[in-house]
This record gives sequence, C-alpha cells and structure tokens, in this order.
Amino acid sequence: MTPPPAPVPSPGVRLRGIGVRYGGGHVLASLNMDLPGGRWTCLLGASGSGKTTLVRRIAGLTGGAMLSGSVDAADNTALGGRIAYMAQSDLLLPWLSVADNVALGSRLRGEAVQGNRVDAILGGVGLAGEKNKLPRTLSGGMGQRVALARTLYENRALNLLDEPFSKLDAITRHRIQNLALQLLHGKTVLLVTHDPLEAIRLGHRLYVLAGRPARARELQLPGAPPRDLGDAGVAQLSQRLLEELAGEHRC
Amino acid sequence: MLKRAARTAVTAAGLLLLWQAVVALSAAPPFILPPPLTVAVALVDNMALLSRHAVVTIAEILLGFFIGCALGLLSALTMLRFGAARRWLLPLLVASQALPVFAVAPLLMLWLGYGMASKVVMAVLIIYFPVTAAAYDGLRRTRAEWLDLAAVMGAGEMAALRRIRLPAALPSIASGVRIAAAVAPIGAVVGEWVGAGAGLGYLMLHAVGRMTVDLMFAALAVLAAFAVAFYFLVDALLRRALHWQADTVNPTKLAEEKPT
Repeated sequence: MTPPPAPVPSPGVRLRGIGVRYGGGHVLASLNMDLPGGRWTCLLGASGSGKTTLVRRIAGLTGGAMLSGSVDAADNTALGGRIAYMAQSDLLLPWLSVADNVALGSRLRGEAVQGNRVDAILGGVGLAGEKNKLPRTLSGGMGQRVALARTLYENRALNLLDEPFSKLDAITRHRIQNLALQLLHGKTVLLVTHDPLEAIRLGHRLYVLAGRPARARELQLPGAPPRDLGDAGVAQLSQRLLEELAGEHRC
Repeated sequence: MLKRAARTAVTAAGLLLLWQAVVALSAAPPFILPPPLTVAVALVDNMALLSRHAVVTIAEILLGFFIGCALGLLSALTMLRFGAARRWLLPLLVASQALPVFAVAPLLMLWLGYGMASKVVMAVLIIYFPVTAAAYDGLRRTRAEWLDLAAVMGAGEMAALRRIRLPAALPSIASGVRIAAAVAPIGAVVGEWVGAGAGLGYLMLHAVGRMTVDLMFAALAVLAAFAVAFYFLVDALLRRALHWQADTVNPTKLAEEKPT
C-alpha cells in the first residue's frame, strides 16, 4: 500500500549565518545548522525561542523581515519549490474532502491530480476508507494523519515539521510519530518541537535553540531513532534538556 | 421538510385568523381593512392584472439582486487586490450608505425614467453595500496559515484566491447575499412608488388611490409570497453550497461518522 517511490533526492541542507530581524530586533542572528540528507533533525526550543521564525525563514515565509544568511541544499539546487510543510494544526480546508485535501498542492499549482498516489498514500496512513469524508467529521488524530498524507503527496526534498504532534493526546501522538518516522524514512526532515522526549526519540541529530537572539547548539545523541524512552541514557539526557530549557525560559 | 411546511401553514392560518378577528372586533369598513376572504376574491378576480404587474416587479428584483451581488463581489475583490481601491472605495461605500436610498429615488426617476432601469438601480444601490462589506470582510479574514501552506506549495496569487480565499469567504459572502435577497424587493417597490407605469408597487399605490383596498392587499400578498419564496430559495441554495460548514444550531446528521 505504500506509494511508488518517485525518485526525489533528499539532499542535506546547510544553514549559515541565518538572521531574521523584525522592526523590534533580532529574533535570530548568525545561526548555523546542518540538516543531514535523508535524516531527521530535531530542533528543540521553548516557546518564544524563535523556532517558528526559523521554520518560516527556511520556508520563505518571512515577509516584512530583514533577512541575512543563506539556506542551501547540498545538491546545489535552489530549495524554492522543494519544501513541504506540516504545522501544529492540520490546516485541512473544510470544504474539500480528505482526498482533495491530500492533493491540494497539485490543484494549487494547476497540475493534474495523481489519484492513484492519493489512494496509496491514504492507505499508508490508514485512511483508505475515509477519502470522501469532510475534515469536520475527522478526529484530531485523523486530521493530522491527513496532513501527513498531504506532506507525503508533495514528495519534497525537505520536509519542515513545525510541532505537528503537539496538539495530540499522548497515545495518538505516539502512534502518529511512529507513522511519520516510517513514512518519511530516508527523507530530509526538520522537526521543530518543544518536547525533549519527542526530540530525543525521533532525531538523528538534535539542536537546541536558546538565547536571544537565538543560537542553535548541537547535542550528541546515542544510537539511532526511534530511541527507547526507557533507556537510562535517554532519560538522563531528557532530564538535562528539560532543566536547561526551563532555566533558559523564565516566565 | 414536511414539518417545516406544516409549521408554515399553521403560522399562516394563525395570522389569517388574527386578521379576521381584528376585522370582526374593530368593525373596520372594508375600504380600510378588508377581511381575508374579500382579499382572496380580489386576488382571484384580478389574477391577470396582478400577474402582469408581478412579472415587472419580479424582473426588477431579480435583475437588481444579480447585478447588485455581482457588483458587490467585484468591488470586494478589487479592494482586496488593490490597496488604492481600498483607500478610495471604502469611504465612498460608507458615504453611499449614510445617504438614504429613498432620498435619491426621485433623482433616479429623473435620470433613468419611469421604466424598469430606475427600479433596478434602486435595488442595486440597496444591495451593493451589504454584499460588498460582507464579501470583503470574508475575503480578508482568510486564515493566514492556509495562505502560508499554499505559498510553500507553490501556489500563485490567483490560485490561492480561487482555491482558498474565495471558498473560505463563502460563509461571509452568503450572509451578504441573504441580506440582498431580503432587501431587493424593498428597492424595487420603493422605486415603483416614486414613479412607475407598471409593477406591484405601482398597482398598490393606485389601488389605495381608488380606494380598492382589497386589490392593494392582494398585490401585497403576491409581493410577500414572492419575497418570502425568493429568500427561502436563495437560503436553501446557499446552505447546499456550504454543506461543509458546521451548523451548531441545525447540525446536519453525520450518518457516515464512525467512532475513532
């Protein structure tokens, strides 16, 4: 039931000297990060740390801001038009059926909808029987699975996941994390999260965003994802990260 | 549906009874308040006359409705697209609404004559503002995240407008169109009162002048019947187009919903 894998390169992405400045001041300044190709990179930060700004910078959504630095793909091809984006809410259009929401990108670009791929991808996320439903009839978890399907349908070089699991209950979250990990395997992914456990469990690489303006600091992770949260090293690391983030973000 | 029809019938019967009771109790002469039966007789007797004038009024209402809605939507899109249009058109719009349309009716007669055109323009003037305001409001309140998603997906401005902004604004636009359907008859009839050679408003005015109040009530009944039927038709069509929208007052049954 998995979609026929169209050959899309999953290049690494280099962020160098990234600065974003809105009227008031720098949100980000000279931030460096490397997203290894075909891997999951997790970016951990407290709310207000500039995570979303960074995602928007990479996605090219920073209208009205002063930008500096560069975002380059390792294959030396421009990243514009090669990015898929998944957000905290599913962003499903309520007037479109599940299948039409998955294929939204094709319609927006004026391309033909690949119906077979839509069916295959929906089967992959376990929603084959729901393709004609309207979003309002779906549960939160189902909605986010459709959003994942839409991201997969886009079949992009870089997948930006901006806290896509944070609104889900613990059980659904765990299930959808596994599903995403499995279906986005071999793709370049940047997962932004404020949950240390999520970051440690899913990331090949982990960056912590802290400071003002924010800097990204890389943290070494043992082994490969998905990591066992029962592991003593993982628990210790998560505890340390939580304390660090709490100390950083006094509210 | 059947229940709704039954409710309407009960309401109508109740109103007719009340009317009859007022006539009986007040002993009003028939040239002031004719009883319902007299009006029904007048309705049947003057069927040909009434339908001839009704056709004119209905044509005015429909033309005014469609032109007004189209112009309103067009203006809203223009204001959305061009900042200059927004700055120049919006104050004009508000000013146009501050001026009572009834006050310009005689002027419209003078400029456009006693024919249909002046009445259609009256209806358009009344409809234009609510449709423009509602459509513009809906168009500019698109969820920013949807537009961001579309931008990342590589959507052009037109595609985003057509696939996201417009459908997202439909509930607002529908509110404007509903108001338009309700007030379009007012524009047409006011226009006919000020000066016309045909139409239900004209017929009513003349019926009162000749003290044939039963005919005036018959014309009023025809007008009311059309106005109500037109509103409900528009409302039903809009509801059907917006079936995806959750209605918390009259929730549609989600038969296919399964527990997850």
